[in-house]
Amino acid sequence: MNKLELVSALKNATGVSKTDAAKVVQIFFDSMADTLAEGERVEIRGLCSFFVKEYRSYTGRNPKTGDPVVIRPKRLPFFKCGKELKERVDED
Amino acid sequence: MALTKSDIVEKVYNLGFSKKESVEIVEQLIEIIKKSLEDGEDVLISGFGKFCVKKKSERRGRNPATGEDLMLRQRQVVTFKCSGKLRDKINGALEE
Repeated sequence: MNKLELVSALKNATGVSKTDAAKVVQIFFDSMADTLAEGERVEIRGLCSFFVKEYRSYTGRNPKTGDPVVIRPKRLPFFKCGKELKERVDED
Repeated sequence: MALTKSDIVEKVYNLGFSKKESVEIVEQLIEIIKKSLEDGEDVLISGFGKFCVKKKSERRGRNPATGEDLMLRQRQVVTFKCSGKLRDKINGALEE
């Protein structure tokens, strides 16, 4: 399922217009992205939570050539599946 | 402060829906995502990332508390793959 299909499914489930459904889907994911960009956590009960992990700069190696490369500090989002979703996906 | 469902409901309310409608719309959206994953179908949100259902095969594990050997059954888990766009956005402050 992609974003368009999600919009369509939301429209059918709630009866809101396609424009509004698209706005809601956009708000939903933009809010999460904006929050993570600020380094804050996201917690959607039953679905999932995200937090941002910070990595310091380190010296890695190019696996092909073995040359040392300096990896700059970075941030990555970490996903944790919510309890309800976890159980529903794994039932049977 | 962490972002929660009520923050998202508040933003939907600002589109002009009633409080009750806003809650229902957000709950429906979350339910559709959960249902899709439950049915084994990935959810791909361009610009954000991809929620995937992954099958894990049975493996030998150990109870970390007791050290006891046990068999972990085959199971299904949800994984998330961050999109390049989101990754860049999160790292935005570091790039400057």
